[in-house]
Amino acid sequence: MEHNNWNGFNKGVWQDEINVRDFIQQNYKEYKGDDSFLAGATPRTDAMMKKLNSLFALERQYGGVLDIDTTTVSSLTSYLPGYIDKANELIVGMQTNRPLKRGVNPFGGMRMVRQACEAYGYKLSDKVEEEFKFRTTHNDGVFRAYTDEMRAARKCHVITGLPDAYGRGRIIGDYRRVALYGVDRLIEEKKKDKAACGLGDLQTNNIRLSEELFQQIAFLGYLKEMAAMYGFDISGPAKNAREAIQWTYFAYLAAIKEQNGAAMSLGRVSTFFDIYIERDIARGVLTEESAQELMDDFVMKLRIARHLRTPEYNELFGGDPMWITEAVGGMGEDGRTLVTKNSFRMLNTLYTLGSSPEPNLTILWSTSLPENFKRFCAKVSKDTDSIQYENDDVMRPIYGDDYAIACCVSAMKIGKQMQFFGARCNLAKLLLIAINGGYDTTSQMHIGPQMPVMDGEKLDFDELMERFQVYIEWLSHLYVNTMNVIHYMHDKYAYEKIQMALHDTDVERFMAFGIAGLSVVADSLSAIKFAEVKPVKDENGFITEFKTVGEFPKYGNDDDRVDLIAKDMAHRVITALRQTPTYRNAIHTLSVLTITSNVMYGKNTGATPDGRKNAEPFAPGANPMHNREENGALASLNSVAKISYDDCRDGISNTFSITPEALGRDDDERVTNLVAILDGYFAKKAHHINVNVLNRETLMDAYENPEKYPNLTIRVSGYAVNFNKLSKAQQREVISRTFHEAM
Amino acid sequence: MNSVVGQVHSIQSLGTVDGPGLRFVVFLQGCNLRCGCCHNPDTWEMQSDKQFTAEEIVEKALHYKEYFGEKGGITLSGGEPLLQAEFCYEIFKLCHENGINTCLDTSGSILNDKVKTLLTEADRVLLDIKYTDNDLYIKNVGCSLEKPLEFLYYLNEQNIPVTLRQVIIPTLNDNEENIQKLNEIIKNHSCIDKVELLPFKKICQTKYDNMQIPFPMANIPVPTKDGMNMLNKLLII
Repeated sequence: MEHNNWNGFNKGVWQDEINVRDFIQQNYKEYKGDDSFLAGATPRTDAMMKKLNSLFALERQYGGVLDIDTTTVSSLTSYLPGYIDKANELIVGMQTNRPLKRGVNPFGGMRMVRQACEAYGYKLSDKVEEEFKFRTTHNDGVFRAYTDEMRAARKCHVITGLPDAYGRGRIIGDYRRVALYGVDRLIEEKKKDKAACGLGDLQTNNIRLSEELFQQIAFLGYLKEMAAMYGFDISGPAKNAREAIQWTYFAYLAAIKEQNGAAMSLGRVSTFFDIYIERDIARGVLTEESAQELMDDFVMKLRIARHLRTPEYNELFGGDPMWITEAVGGMGEDGRTLVTKNSFRMLNTLYTLGSSPEPNLTILWSTSLPENFKRFCAKVSKDTDSIQYENDDVMRPIYGDDYAIACCVSAMKIGKQMQFFGARCNLAKLLLIAINGGYDTTSQMHIGPQMPVMDGEKLDFDELMERFQVYIEWLSHLYVNTMNVIHYMHDKYAYEKIQMALHDTDVERFMAFGIAGLSVVADSLSAIKFAEVKPVKDENGFITEFKTVGEFPKYGNDDDRVDLIAKDMAHRVITALRQTPTYRNAIHTLSVLTITSNVMYGKNTGATPDGRKNAEPFAPGANPMHNREENGALASLNSVAKISYDDCRDGISNTFSITPEALGRDDDERVTNLVAILDGYFAKKAHHINVNVLNRETLMDAYENPEKYPNLTIRVSGYAVNFNKLSKAQQREVISRTFHEAM
Repeated sequence: MNSVVGQVHSIQSLGTVDGPGLRFVVFLQGCNLRCGCCHNPDTWEMQSDKQFTAEEIVEKALHYKEYFGEKGGITLSGGEPLLQAEFCYEIFKLCHENGINTCLDTSGSILNDKVKTLLTEADRVLLDIKYTDNDLYIKNVGCSLEKPLEFLYYLNEQNIPVTLRQVIIPTLNDNEENIQKLNEIIKNHSCIDKVELLPFKKICQTKYDNMQIPFPMANIPVPTKDGMNMLNKLLII
């Protein structure tokens, strides 16, 4: 197939089938040079950003939400076009009709929407209430099917944060397809798939698929309508860089208008855009400065994306994140790097527009990346604390070279794989429930297999491990079943129509489970194994405290005695999860990631044998517990690197904070050393790291004087936040974390 | 191998200021000097509750080989590593057998046969010349200036690369005359390829407080940034 708008591109199978990867491989130009070619912000960009910054300030003054449209249900075409500054915008499109105004999206559940409106002083309109009166939401469906045990597990917080009342997210549409092929071609392909779907015996699976394809095709139509409202015809391929960015953004915008998923990630667009930018530069119609402007304008749009959330939701996922994750860099399967000039431009937006948590810029790090790019990334990290790193060398062999990251650490092939998000279970609480024979002392509920409370002067390691395994298997079965209910209902009542339209019809699914409290469990088991842990019972005979006597190895010191306990725990959980079949034959995966919920999980968990007090926060993700590291930063990294990615295919999150002084004497040394740390850590097959280069004092000052730091961005757990948007409890937890300091 | 047991104060897996690249730094226990500006008084005593063989130390260091790249490696610091020269030698020899770069952080106050053997395995020496004035040396360090100079002379003979280091302490050595004397030393020793002036710091005060001993330089101010810049500009390298 040919199209005029493809003139100048190298030919390939991408013309005859939907295959963005092939288009990229045939056409991109790797870049190994340094950052000296980059242009700064133009006066236009500065003026636009100034406007946005004052809107952000206003949003803060209004308690975090600037405005809510309580009368219109968010969808692709339900709002009139909105602009920041119509005459000067290069890329257009807004979620509602005004910047930072949030829409309502009740498909996940009405209660959440009502509560969210009320939390910010609004009331959901009667009109929307009426519209949804006889409509089943995802939340309604889930609670119709939940068992008593599922409700109990949820209530006692042994499983929490489940997407049973909000959009599940973590699905990345291949938004680039719209730019490369235009919507008409995509509709045509989907129509073929739908016809093929009806050829065999019609059973549940293909009847469901057939209906889904109908919806996908309808929503591709709405996507065209939405673009037309902004004056664009996107039925055909984009003809230049500006259109490629605009088309892709429209597709993404449609997704966030339709869905309020927890994480609405972008994918991997930078190098794709580079091909169009290079063609335009070669044709003499684009300069470096104007290329940067296009990227700046695009990123500004991403920075104003918002969803309406409840305060309870913010406790789990603090800082109002959208996880507009963009994967940058990485290597190709043929050995060429996928780094292009536009990879640099994407990172450069942190300078042209200032540091920011969104988009969630994620470097796919390989030890083979060009040295200049590595150094630029390290410089950006050091200057902005806004980017994270994930190991391309462990992911590429599994996902190929056109995968992206959903949310924080979830890898998937773009347009070919999706996941059913499943939050996480509280492994530390489960350990306490096991010790108490099926009783949760925090919620005072009996749950799980019932057996006697553990007895004896001191806890016996072997006895506890045998018992813990029983509870792990019990919870895993319950967890998979709960997820099956949730995702069955999500598909039924809140199916992601536009996002799935931008996937292959035959998609591979993951079911992503998670664990919180890994380091607490590892250290607790280490204490029981290597020291003496004496249980203390309350008046009802339940163990609520522990007296730990003697030394024991602690996770975070590169000591196999305890690190291998942590590794084994992850292995036990995923092995147990795999025993129960999943909805739509999804592949079981596991993450060690908490977002900011480590604070809430800790709050709901009693004292643990490692010495952690009742209600004290957990460490985030796979991090060692705060200030238990005695051998310095690399020892801590090595401990985390031992958790196997084969067990945790949904990612292993580590957040690393180091003071500038500990990183080196001057800027050049700091960059060199950070590159060496990243190369070493990833050569150890570690999966992920958030890097913060800052002093604790800065955060303490920001805690006391938030007005002094309106744009202070820090990495927390798989994403970045504006420090001021965290709750005070979350801020205190971040401040208490280990900062690796100079000796 | 019948390995010597070393007295170790602590291990820091990420050292960025004690030698080139990323360093696995082993702080050895025990010091023969009592410098007034010492920031590790807890390393003075010879005995430690942490003892390791050279094999154990190198086995640990090997966990970090991926981070070392071309320049990084192990640094033995202290305390005064020269007091455990045999132990240090064994560590360095094993490091070289395993392709790990070696660096010795010392005040250079001991030069005997064991130290000379150790130096055959040192890829670089970080040598502290604390003052360029013999009276200051005797008063604030506890040995004569001759000792480190003799050590430096030997390093020069052996062609071992040296990073010369000096802590700049206001009122004692934060003057042009001191830097001119340092420049003379640099001129006469081609083995010196790097000089680091380190600002005197007082964060060690809490260590002294915990040990309930007075910090001799508690009343001396820390140098200003400008002062440090001025002195750095006077250096010939």
